[in-house]
Order: sequence, then C-alpha cells, then structure tokens
Amino acid sequence: MSTHSMTADGAAPGFYVIDEEEHHGPGASTSLGFWIYLMSDALIFATLFATYGVLSTSYAGGPAPRQIFELPLVAVNTAMLLLSSITFGMAAIAADEERPGATRLWLGITALFGAAFVGIELYEFASLIAEGATPQRSAFLSGFFALVGTHGLHVLCGLIWIGVMLVQMSLHGLNADNRRRLMCLGMFWHLLDVVWIGVFTFVYLLGVLR
Amino acid sequence: MSHDTHPAAGSHGSRRTYLIGFALSAALTAIPFWLVMTGVLVDAQATALAIIALAFVQIVVHTTCFLHVNSRSEGGWTMIALIFTIVIVAIVISGSMWIMFHLNGNMMPMTGAGMTEMP
Repeated sequence: MSTHSMTADGAAPGFYVIDEEEHHGPGASTSLGFWIYLMSDALIFATLFATYGVLSTSYAGGPAPRQIFELPLVAVNTAMLLLSSITFGMAAIAADEERPGATRLWLGITALFGAAFVGIELYEFASLIAEGATPQRSAFLSGFFALVGTHGLHVLCGLIWIGVMLVQMSLHGLNADNRRRLMCLGMFWHLLDVVWIGVFTFVYLLGVLR
Repeated sequence: MSHDTHPAAGSHGSRRTYLIGFALSAALTAIPFWLVMTGVLVDAQATALAIIALAFVQIVVHTTCFLHVNSRSEGGWTMIALIFTIVIVAIVISGSMWIMFHLNGNMMPMTGAGMTEMP
C-alpha cells in the first residue's frame, strides 16, 4: 500500500543522473587503481623503515654506519635516480606531444640512469660484504640490506618494465593502451624516487651523523 | 584534469612543472649532503633536524611536481588515498619506534657475559 502512496499524492518520483565525472576515459579508473597499489607499496616500505628504525643502533659489536657508508658514492647514486626522474618526465611530455621517437629516446636514457643506479648499489653491497658487513653481521645490517635491497629490487623491476614498454612502443606506437601503461610506469618510477628520499635521509645521512 | 584531450592519461604536468620540480629537488638533495659532508652546522642535532625538514619538503615537491597529486585529480580520490597512507605510515613508523624504545628500556639488564652465551 505504501508503495502506491508515493505516486498517489501527486509528487512524481524524480530521477536525477548526476554526471560528476564527464569524459570518463578508459584509462581514468586505471590511474586511481594503480595509485592505490602504489600506496600499498608505500606501506611495505613504511614497515621496512620502521624495522630499520628500531634496529638501526643494534650493531652487535659490528660496524657502525659511520664506518661503512661512503657518502660521495651515495650522492652519485642519488643524482642518478634524480636525473632518471626528470628524463622520465621528458618522456611523458614527448608522449603528450605525439612524438613517439622522442618518447622512446627519453625512456632509453631513463633506463640508462636507472641501470647506473642499480649498478652502483650492487657495487656498494659487494664492497660492504667484502668488508665483512654482511646482512648476518648485525640487526642493523639486516635492516639496512632489507630496506635498501627492497628498493633496489623495485628499481630493477622498473627497468624490466621500461624494457617491455620500449618493445610495446616499437610494436604499437603511441596508442591508448601504451599511453596508459606509460602513465602507470611513470607513477611507479617517481614513487621509487620519493622512497629514495627517505632512504638517503634517514639511513645514510642520519646514520653518518649518529 | 586532462581526460578531455587524452583519455588514457590520468594526470601529467607541463615541461615547466617538471623543470621546476627538478631544480627544487636538486637543491633539496644537494643541501642535506653538503650539510652532513662538510659539517657546517657543528651541532649534530641541528643538522639532523635540518635534513629531516628538507626531506619532507622534497617529498612534497616530488608528489606535486612529478606525481601530480592535487585535490582535483581523480575527483580528489588520489589525494584522499595519499593522506590515508601518510596517516598509516606515520602510525606504523612512530608507533614501532615508540613501543620498541620503551620495550628496550623495560628489558631485564643483561651482562656482557650473558650476551655472549646467547645462541
């Protein structure tokens, strides 16, 4: 009975379609979804930072940060990652300007800087291990290798992704799919740079100050 | 939002945004390294506070200039997700440090000899 009363009293039920997001393209929801994945990745790094923070003074008689960290090397490494961020930005702009060749070129340069970063980090790890500062040596070193190693693995995954992206671009050019992939790759790459800010500040610089 | 021109591209900046971001970021990286490597501020506490402050500024620069997060992208949802993540990250990191610091303080004192007998 009550269902009929609504129309019986003369007020016709109205429906309003609110078009909040006009021009909702196919890639629009992807960017939000990928962003939420990146935020969950940030939480992984948060737990690793928390672990490192708790363990960072547990040397167990082993080396302290001041004795093993080489700041000039870290500065070069940081520069590599920072330069790769701006070159990725140039790739994104070239894609916006419909220049697939320039996009590929900037992506290649980004990959070179990224590879330099991973190479320098592997060199650093190898020299630490050669000095006896292995992950097994102390809780501080376990935390250090877990945190910096996870970041390095992410950069390595980013490098593989850039390689796949270059292949896809040479096969299909700058189509809608490749634009969406490029945008996600860019968000991933820039987030790794943000995480590295935390690493060089809280692990290396504060470690040497301590 | 730039959905109108490129449906697949959610958010991206101009050349100017990237170059400003890069210049700021280079300065905000160089200054903390310079502070620590030269020891200009003699006080270690002051240096630590300065580099932490610079790191937070740099994270904001990267988020706005490179990740293009603002209150308008995706109808504000990227910003909301970011703020939620920052809250969780702050709770996880500061909570862990706080709890473990007090836990260390409440542990039974152990002598050096007891430490070496540990497995």
